[in-house]
Amino acid sequence: MSLSRREFLKSSAAASAAAAIGMSVPAELEANAKVAESKWRWDKAACRFCGTGCGIMLATTGDGKDRKIVAVKGDPAAPVNRGLNCIKGYFNAKIMYGADRLTQPLLRMDEKGNFDKHGKFAPISWERAYDEMEKNIRKALKESGPEGVGVFASGQYTIMEGYAAQKMMKGGFRSNAFDPNARHCMASAVVGFYQTFGIDEPSGCYDDIELTDTIVTWGSNMAEMHPILWSRVTDRKLSDPDNVKVVNIQTYTHRTCDLGDFNIIFRPNTDLALWNYLAREIVYNHPEAIDWDFIKKNIIFAVGPVNIGYGFRRAGEKSITPVRPDGSAGKYDAKEMEIYNKEMSKVVSELEGPALEPYGYKAGDTMKNIPGTLKHHEITFEDYKKSLAPYTLEYTANLCKGDPEESLDSFKKKLQDLAALYVEDGRKIVSFWTMGMNQHTRGSWDNTLAYNVHFLVNKQSRPGAGAYSLTGQPSACGTAREVGTFAHRLPADMMVKNPHHRAKVEKKWEIPAGTLNPVGNQHIMKIHRDIEDGLIKFAWVNVCNAYQDSANAKHWIKAAREMDNFIVTSDGYPGISSMVSDLILPSAMIYEKWGAYGNAERRSQHWRQQVLPVGHAMSDTWQWVELSKRFTVDDLWGPYTLRNGTKLADVRQEAYKMGYKPDTTMYEILYGNERAKKQYPLALDKFPQQGYDNSECLGDARNVVGTDGKVFKGYGFMIHQYLWEEYAFFGRGHGHDLADFVTYQKVRGLKWPVVNGKETSWRFNVDFDPYAMKHAKEAGTGSQYAFYGPLAKKLPFGDLTHVTDKTKKSLANKAKIFARPYMDPPEMPDEEYNLWLCTGRVLEHWHSGTMTMRVPELYRAVPEALVYMNPETAKERGLEDGKLCWVESRRGKVKARVETRGRNRPPKPLVFVPWFDERVFINKVTLDQTCPMSKQTDYKKCAVKIYKV
Amino acid sequence: MSKIWNNYRYLILRRFVQIGILVLFFGANAWGWKILEGNLTSSLLFGKIPMSDPYAVLQMVVAGAVIASDLLIGVGVVALFYFLIGGRAFCSWVCPINMVTDSANYLRRVFDIDRAQLERSPISRNSRYWILGLSLIVSAFMGIAAFEFVSPISMLHRGIVFGMGFGWAAIGMIFLFDLFVLKNGWCGHICPLGGFYSLLGKFSFIRVHHIEENCTLCMKCKVVCPEKQVLHMIGKESLPILSGECTNCARCIEVCDDDALRFSIRDLIQNKKTGE
Amino acid sequence: MSNHSKAKQPVSDRRKFILNMAKGVGYAAVGGFLWSAYLDEAEASPLVLRPPAAIAEKDFLKTCIKCGLCVEACPYDTLKLAEPGDHKPIGTPFFTPRDIACYMCEDIPCVPVCPSGALDEASVTKNGKLDINSAQMGLAVIDENSCVAFWGIQCDACYRACPIMGQAITIEYDQNKRTGKHAFLKPVVHADACTGCGMCEHACITEKPAIFVLPREVAMGKAGSHYIKGWDKKDESRLKDAHAIHTTTQVSKKKAVDKLNAGLEGLLDE
Repeated sequence: MSLSRREFLKSSAAASAAAAIGMSVPAELEANAKVAESKWRWDKAACRFCGTGCGIMLATTGDGKDRKIVAVKGDPAAPVNRGLNCIKGYFNAKIMYGADRLTQPLLRMDEKGNFDKHGKFAPISWERAYDEMEKNIRKALKESGPEGVGVFASGQYTIMEGYAAQKMMKGGFRSNAFDPNARHCMASAVVGFYQTFGIDEPSGCYDDIELTDTIVTWGSNMAEMHPILWSRVTDRKLSDPDNVKVVNIQTYTHRTCDLGDFNIIFRPNTDLALWNYLAREIVYNHPEAIDWDFIKKNIIFAVGPVNIGYGFRRAGEKSITPVRPDGSAGKYDAKEMEIYNKEMSKVVSELEGPALEPYGYKAGDTMKNIPGTLKHHEITFEDYKKSLAPYTLEYTANLCKGDPEESLDSFKKKLQDLAALYVEDGRKIVSFWTMGMNQHTRGSWDNTLAYNVHFLVNKQSRPGAGAYSLTGQPSACGTAREVGTFAHRLPADMMVKNPHHRAKVEKKWEIPAGTLNPVGNQHIMKIHRDIEDGLIKFAWVNVCNAYQDSANAKHWIKAAREMDNFIVTSDGYPGISSMVSDLILPSAMIYEKWGAYGNAERRSQHWRQQVLPVGHAMSDTWQWVELSKRFTVDDLWGPYTLRNGTKLADVRQEAYKMGYKPDTTMYEILYGNERAKKQYPLALDKFPQQGYDNSECLGDARNVVGTDGKVFKGYGFMIHQYLWEEYAFFGRGHGHDLADFVTYQKVRGLKWPVVNGKETSWRFNVDFDPYAMKHAKEAGTGSQYAFYGPLAKKLPFGDLTHVTDKTKKSLANKAKIFARPYMDPPEMPDEEYNLWLCTGRVLEHWHSGTMTMRVPELYRAVPEALVYMNPETAKERGLEDGKLCWVESRRGKVKARVETRGRNRPPKPLVFVPWFDERVFINKVTLDQTCPMSKQTDYKKCAVKIYKV
Repeated sequence: MSKIWNNYRYLILRRFVQIGILVLFFGANAWGWKILEGNLTSSLLFGKIPMSDPYAVLQMVVAGAVIASDLLIGVGVVALFYFLIGGRAFCSWVCPINMVTDSANYLRRVFDIDRAQLERSPISRNSRYWILGLSLIVSAFMGIAAFEFVSPISMLHRGIVFGMGFGWAAIGMIFLFDLFVLKNGWCGHICPLGGFYSLLGKFSFIRVHHIEENCTLCMKCKVVCPEKQVLHMIGKESLPILSGECTNCARCIEVCDDDALRFSIRDLIQNKKTGE
Repeated sequence: MSNHSKAKQPVSDRRKFILNMAKGVGYAAVGGFLWSAYLDEAEASPLVLRPPAAIAEKDFLKTCIKCGLCVEACPYDTLKLAEPGDHKPIGTPFFTPRDIACYMCEDIPCVPVCPSGALDEASVTKNGKLDINSAQMGLAVIDENSCVAFWGIQCDACYRACPIMGQAITIEYDQNKRTGKHAFLKPVVHADACTGCGMCEHACITEKPAIFVLPREVAMGKAGSHYIKGWDKKDESRLKDAHAIHTTTQVSKKKAVDKLNAGLEGLLDE
């Protein structure tokens, strides 16, 4: 069944994909200099929006300050989109020029001009803004230590921004309270990758679409969320309509279902059972489909604890203390606590009882929950098989059927048809998923379950076959995951808790050994909770909208506004986070700075600064670097004791030994150091810098007065290149290889690992991945595959419930199949709150709408968020299309218009409300449940009631 | 104070009624009040009682439209009402143009334009009947309600309720016409709706009656009267004003210091006259 | 001399009356002409979209009494009464989808309130119930040159905005040969389902909408009733318009005999 490279190139379907392999420097780009002489200057960039990573070209015109983006076109040379875009991409030229762009720092002040938490926003200088920031960070450090300084980071940072922020937070402030909004979108996928492969990010690439015979979407509305990829799926279907099958597995009918050969509508959370059903079909009923040779050489079986809670606050945390007789606790009322209490223990329900039996629980048992853990151990295939036993067609169909109108027989038939597609010998199959499987109280499990099925039939890491996690944000992969702008991560899949990893980073950064904080537990919901607990005193929102995008938002907004803390938001436009802040900093937007994004097929794409930022706005890189000038070795590198008792050493003496002085600033150490200045000088007469603005390195024609009260004249060296190359160092030679800065300015992105100038399309497969080749050769197994990811590759052994042998056994180059049961989410519809609420996006708007709601055409197309519901659901509640209704949960309520005829057609028990509209603030209603392993919030399910306004 | 009330009581009441009706219409559109919805051409009182402009419906009939029963009932209600109280009571108590032309008239008096324009009226007061007839012919010929498409009355009341557009221009023209060209030019000479109501109200019950014995011939009544030809009996004979062109505006009654004019019911007047 | 004496003669009352009448008729003729001409222009506004259930435009202009009750009933401020300057028949209700489209309320509040029958409830009633899907306010038309979906842009904003999505607008899939791996998702409007509500026009993301609603008479052609689709049973409904056929063309104008007897003149000319 294996496909040699030669055969692959011959295959007709691959012909188009072949063009994407290897590096081609399009003639078009080389001719760039000539084009510059004409009135419009065209230059390449990446689209600002989703994780697809479409290439665009931007036309700018004017001189100096007056240069503006006037148009955009799809980049015909870009392999992802070949010149096409979706309608958000179509409006890239308009996103930076909204009438209410933030153009200068704003501080809440009283009439005398002093900071006042309850004052009105008024413009101030950058210098004053930084005085306030500095003062409040010092105060936070003094009162709470490094854990008291938090940053809401982003999957929409450019790679260099994310890396700059990472350096100052972890190297400077020694704080790991630094976590991106990507936590809300990708964390479960990451745990899935780590646990299964030992290394992050997809093994395949988008060319899988052209090469496969079967596309199955799981909890993913690709037609609206990844329109350009969907157009490729559509093309694939059209190219061979009888053979190519498209199946959509969703909790409600949406645009993507239009193309489906059949669609499966399941009860929320039961996709866990669907995956297990497929595995059971293979293991019990189609054992011949299992590629035992592959399994023996490349796979082991594993299990972890199931009683891991739901990522809520645990008993005893400050804001849910004391517990009162009426059931309320601390800042939470009794209704909220009904659900929160399940974090500590829960009663196993009738639904999940059978699924939990192999793990030692039955319906009616009380399950005592431990805090979420990534721990797991090896088991035998027989134990794995045992874990699948409950998922008979009967049990699965009864559990999973999501549309009461559908007959059980019809649903069963679909399940069987689906299994047949996965099982069919020679049929290539790709399973795509997005937020449905990631934003899930068992998202990490769900991700690993997907790989299980693909591994069993050896349909993974092969052209046209594989389980494929699609990314939401433009650089959730490139910045958040690869740079590691997470509480627990360092660049290139390194971890703060691993002393070797810390040492490697400390050495490269030239900071004293022991500087980096080993405790990385302040994930994004924890940052909110720590603010509510009064621990975090200073928080900074970067390139995200943390106060609109976080579930159960009322608590976090109250904490920000009513407690003694200082909240800063850097943004282009005034969103909810700005409204909630004490200080607002005007940020340069995407094409107002040099940058790079990494998409969902490991493709890193760079662009140059096209225009000067508006007003006094400056990039987030600049904002971080300027902040570093305010703090010295003695300010930050003294001793601290963290709340869990961990001691951070006093590393000042070590620093002095390294040649730093007590008053050496973090700027001189982390950014403007000698090696940066020497290795990355400005080269204004050479490609790529020639003819392009560079506000951070050169200052610019606006003569912005900087944080020191003087006109900012630039750092005088190529800081973007320095940040890129230093970051890239960590991955090179470790399966994360990135090309050099200048190469990326020429090409339309490259899929890492880039080895010897060649990108990699399919990882872990010796035919395509030089690292797999190397590891397979070293191992001498003769396997076609090498799952060489290094994380969690030594495991103890046991059965489904216990570890029986604690000695850790190596499983180098092997991937894992996990036994993981179906479990209920903590909040399900009941008598009072009798509907499921699912939230998400619409094609027209990006995330919280700060950009797209300012594009008149997109605003007009979808001016408000609607409540999509089944016509029967509306009728039962006396609601009519277009009329307002209340959507109310235990946590809050919003008013919105009813829509029963639109693009989304939920079954009777479910409603869908998109979250882009700050006037329909649905995150007041959602529940801050997370996957307890990945800490990713589940926005796809909670219980609500709906009634007439 | 009481003198002001005495001299302006009907004027104040008329303005109250005129403006009140517009406010009710406006409120219906803007805030969903259910008292008086629609506009003067056709409306719904308390969400139940239909009222329609008989002249508009007449045009529709000759234009060849099939008339819905709601409209017929509405016409019946309105026609009966004005048949009883005097057709042109519409003009002085309801029509919003009345406020425009009255103010033009007032300014004419203030600036004494009447005396400066001594030449004979260029347009006959009978023109309105010609235009009325013409409107029906054109309606029949064009197959649409002809006057309704040009009526400045509709433009004004519809404009106030639903949005004016360039309707101001038409209203402004009437104002300037009445002010500088012809006294009572629109309402007293041209308006076919006024003509229609003049005909409809010919036999109405409520009438102004002149009592010659009290008259001191001060002629204030003639100065304020928008249709002064109807006051031909002043100082000559005690007679009811029987012309349908009288608008029952009652300005004559309130300016008369001698109690020589007052409202009466038609039959009583006749009884008095004949002495029966 | 005689003229002079004539002028001095008094004009008889009868003659005066006749002359006055003649003058009146003259005025009326001129006025009537101008008036009619104005009306002809004013009503000749074929691009106006009417509320649901509006009867045929010619009858609508006759029948609508311009009371605005439909406008008042509209919960979305979709309907407006034409003001002077709107270049639409004054006082009649209409809507402009690009500003506010018809939201197709299920209870169609604008229709039952019409006192004049200009909005005909029966035309939007199906099986005794109001059915907004049977309204025919207009028909959406796509300019394929400016519709970005026909460029390959993934848009279909109109499709998603359509209240009868999947029926009034469907997506036609087509391979994009230029890129070799993407598909066109082109919107297609179906006249039998489109109500002309204009949600598509409103949502269209191009500067001037590439999909727009026209009155159905303007937007639609008409195939002759002499040909019925043999493969479509429903098409036989067009037979109701079928009639006896008489044809004349330039060559068949003359009677056969006349043509035959016209001689061979010109036939052999070269």
